[in-house]
Amino acid sequence: MNLGHDLIVLAPELILAIGSMAALMIGAFRGDKATGLVSGLMIALMAAAGVATVLGQSDSAFGGAFVVDAFSRFTKVLILGSAALCVVMALNFFHKEKQVRFEMPILIGLSTLGMMAMVSASSFIALYLGLELQSLALYVLAAFNRDSVKSTEAGLKYFVLGALSSGMMLYGVSLIYGFTGTTEFAGVAQVIASSGTGIGLIFGLVFLIAGLAFKISAVPFHMWAPDVYEGSPTPVTAFFTTAAKVAAFALTIRAVMIPFEHALGEYRQIIVVVSVLSMWLGAVAAIGQQNIKRLMAYSSIGHMGYALLGLAAGTQEGVRGMLIYIAFYAITNIGTFVCIQAMRRDGQAVETIADLSGLARTRPGYAFAFAALMWSLAGLPPLAGIVAKIYVFLAAMHTGLIIPAVLGVLASCVGAYYYLRIAKVIYFDEPAKPLEPGLGGRGMGTILTLSTAFTVLLIFAPWILVGPAQAAAQALLP
Amino acid sequence: MGHLLSIITFLPLIGIAAILLTRSNDDVRATTARWVALAITLIDAALTIYMWSQFQGSSSAFQFVERAEWFGAGTGITYHMGVDGISMLFVVLTGLLMPFTILASWESVKSRVPEYMIAFLALETLMMGVFTALDIFLFYIFFEGGLIPMFLIIGIWGGKRRVYASFKFFLYTLLGSLFMLLAMLWIYFTAGTSDIPTIIETVHFPVQAQYFLWFAFFASFAVKMPMWPVHTWLPDAHVEAPTAGSVILAAILLKMGGYGFLRFSLPMFASASEALAPFVFTLSIVAIIYTSFVALAQEDVKKLIAYSSVAHMGFVTMGIFTLTQQGIEGGLFQMLSHGVVSGALFLCVGVIYDRMHTREIAAYGGLVNRMPFYAVCFLVFALANIGLPGTSGFIGEFLTMLGAFHVQTWVAIFAATGVILSAAYMLYLYWRVIFGELVKPALQTIKDLSLREAAILVPLVVATIVMGVYPKFIFDITGTSVAHLIQQHHTAVAFDHGTLPSSVKLAERAP
Repeated sequence: MNLGHDLIVLAPELILAIGSMAALMIGAFRGDKATGLVSGLMIALMAAAGVATVLGQSDSAFGGAFVVDAFSRFTKVLILGSAALCVVMALNFFHKEKQVRFEMPILIGLSTLGMMAMVSASSFIALYLGLELQSLALYVLAAFNRDSVKSTEAGLKYFVLGALSSGMMLYGVSLIYGFTGTTEFAGVAQVIASSGTGIGLIFGLVFLIAGLAFKISAVPFHMWAPDVYEGSPTPVTAFFTTAAKVAAFALTIRAVMIPFEHALGEYRQIIVVVSVLSMWLGAVAAIGQQNIKRLMAYSSIGHMGYALLGLAAGTQEGVRGMLIYIAFYAITNIGTFVCIQAMRRDGQAVETIADLSGLARTRPGYAFAFAALMWSLAGLPPLAGIVAKIYVFLAAMHTGLIIPAVLGVLASCVGAYYYLRIAKVIYFDEPAKPLEPGLGGRGMGTILTLSTAFTVLLIFAPWILVGPAQAAAQALLP
Repeated sequence: MGHLLSIITFLPLIGIAAILLTRSNDDVRATTARWVALAITLIDAALTIYMWSQFQGSSSAFQFVERAEWFGAGTGITYHMGVDGISMLFVVLTGLLMPFTILASWESVKSRVPEYMIAFLALETLMMGVFTALDIFLFYIFFEGGLIPMFLIIGIWGGKRRVYASFKFFLYTLLGSLFMLLAMLWIYFTAGTSDIPTIIETVHFPVQAQYFLWFAFFASFAVKMPMWPVHTWLPDAHVEAPTAGSVILAAILLKMGGYGFLRFSLPMFASASEALAPFVFTLSIVAIIYTSFVALAQEDVKKLIAYSSVAHMGFVTMGIFTLTQQGIEGGLFQMLSHGVVSGALFLCVGVIYDRMHTREIAAYGGLVNRMPFYAVCFLVFALANIGLPGTSGFIGEFLTMLGAFHVQTWVAIFAATGVILSAAYMLYLYWRVIFGELVKPALQTIKDLSLREAAILVPLVVATIVMGVYPKFIFDITGTSVAHLIQQHHTAVAFDHGTLPSSVKLAERAP
């Protein structure tokens, strides 16, 4: 394999990397005035990278450390799409907050680059490289509203805990390397297939899973999520729950299922426990929340629990279920955060659920979109959420995980309560003082319309999502 | 008319689009919404009648069948619609009742009329879908989808405790249905398909698994029916819902449970249904007797009728699980009859509620003096609810008890006491509301039925009596399909006992 070939395989990442640096130069010379230009450039770069991703052939580079397959294409398109939309949201948000800085779109771009490396990584070294590139940019983004105490706190918290979890993961990786003699996913799988797992390898696996669980905010490594989600600027929170979640989840799928394919019995128990606890914590802890962003953090924890059921299944069906779930989750969340970002009154962002009182009277369209997204997250038919739930529960049931599935549906019934509560506030309560007109800037209406249309119409054509997810799952686990 | 069922099912969505696209001031939008909703529901009603005229009652096969790709090739999940003698009349019932509910809300609903009509039209699509879906996931989506519009109808246009009632309704029903969803997933990967006719004809589940599946489906249908002891959401929902919401709830949504038993439990989990029939009988008897007593003690008209619904649904479950021709046909007839009668009773309550804005029984009395015409209509429905011969209520109760008598004499004896109790609470209600001296000052100026109200109630009076006097036109539709269902059930049970003649082959797919 020569370098030229490797670079062609890496084309989408290269476009984004070189483009981001060029954008950084433009920003450095022209200052904050150029934010609009830089944002547009980043969106264009992401679109170009998306096209390059879709057109790319399945291949691998750097001796197998970096792979391009249907699985990475599926997740990269999702990541690039949500990142581009987050740039639009961020531009509008910081414009309203009078905090316009050109670094913001570039940081999102660099973080996205890290995510793309994560989902293509096929060795632990490449994995770590992508993960850190992503995380470093995210730490800065979390604290981007630098005059706000909450935002700074969020950034610091995320940084300290993120560094800790990265350390745990590295420790796990070093154990795995020590006991198998390789960092390649396929190599690890081969060693396990031929000589089984020992206690050392299991230790490594546990630390690896702990680190990954932190990244996807699964119980018991979820504590950072509510504070960080609440404190970060809204578009950054949107970025956390969409692109970052997709990337971390895809990474988890590949880094657990491929090397430890023959150790499913070993890790299934851990994943089942993490999954069930996440669902329940997400469902119960969200009930008392008043801040909508904090509520979405708990909702996110819960949804990671459902998606992890697919990982516990450990089958191709499970991968398909997880991919459908994470795609549904990302697309729904983008719309939800547009709704949250549009909650402004008297020039200030407002964030409590009570601020939505009677929204249906004053803003019927906005209210319907918000409520529909909530119902979809609750998994109510005929909205998109039910399709995702059907596929993960199907995978879990098929591998005999009936008790976790039953606990899962019970949790989703508990969880339905708090989603319904938002719908209740929007539809049943007396109107509060109206929110500012509009959705907070250019392009926001379009994003919300797309997200809502997906939510409402998916049921008429579910194969749009199921087909590519099936192909991606097949590519990962033939 | 190759897509008749799809047209019937999805026509209301066009109405929704039309209402949404109206841009004008609030008054004009409200009026437009009313007329659009009425027009759409009337067209839908006409289409269901047309379908009835084209239906071949002599065949037990699914008719007006439609099939299309849905989840993608190879998944076995398809868009499959069709009706047989069991589901056909529910479609007609839904189609015919919807215009009445729209008319009943014509004046009583004043706020947010476009949203109200949209919710009802969405509900119509979802209800039609439940009775016509022939794929388990399609069924599930329609079955559960109805929750959201009903939640909004109760929560927005309901009474004082509307929020409590809407959440209770929603969470109760959701919990039951989620177990059904898990069972459906199990069926899907065990059978390799989610096509209902294919599963019934060719797939056979191990007896032990049947019990789990039966209970999972039961959890959903029993809540929806509702059966004792999971009926407590119903009185709350009924009392708080606006009149039209109560009508839909009592007339159609409650029937989904009974329909589910007939479509899924009996043919798919035959041995479990047979073995658990005594369990269902017990719950049904408790429902019939206990809720009748509860109804006797109510102070609120709507609550009384709600409890009487629970009691009447007890007859339905009892009839279905006798697994005899009389019992099942009786159960079906009882559901249709109750759909008309309870719907009409709620409309009657709506008439006086619109005038007095109270549902307290004690607030009324002597209405016959000023509202003779109303008193007659109410009387017919009250008697039908009791099950007086000559009204539709009699046929269903009689047949279900006949079926029960065949199977277990005691069940029929206990059920018969329910008929006496229903006479007690209905006549007591009628006496307190309609008869006596007109002494309450507020009632001195009360007006008899308006033309609109008469137009709603008179057709229902006619339907009640026609169904009671000439039930054959219903049994012509249901007879063959019910016989076929019982035969399917017996074949499946025989398979479980290993006594199936070798000429009949069922494909066994172990999990």
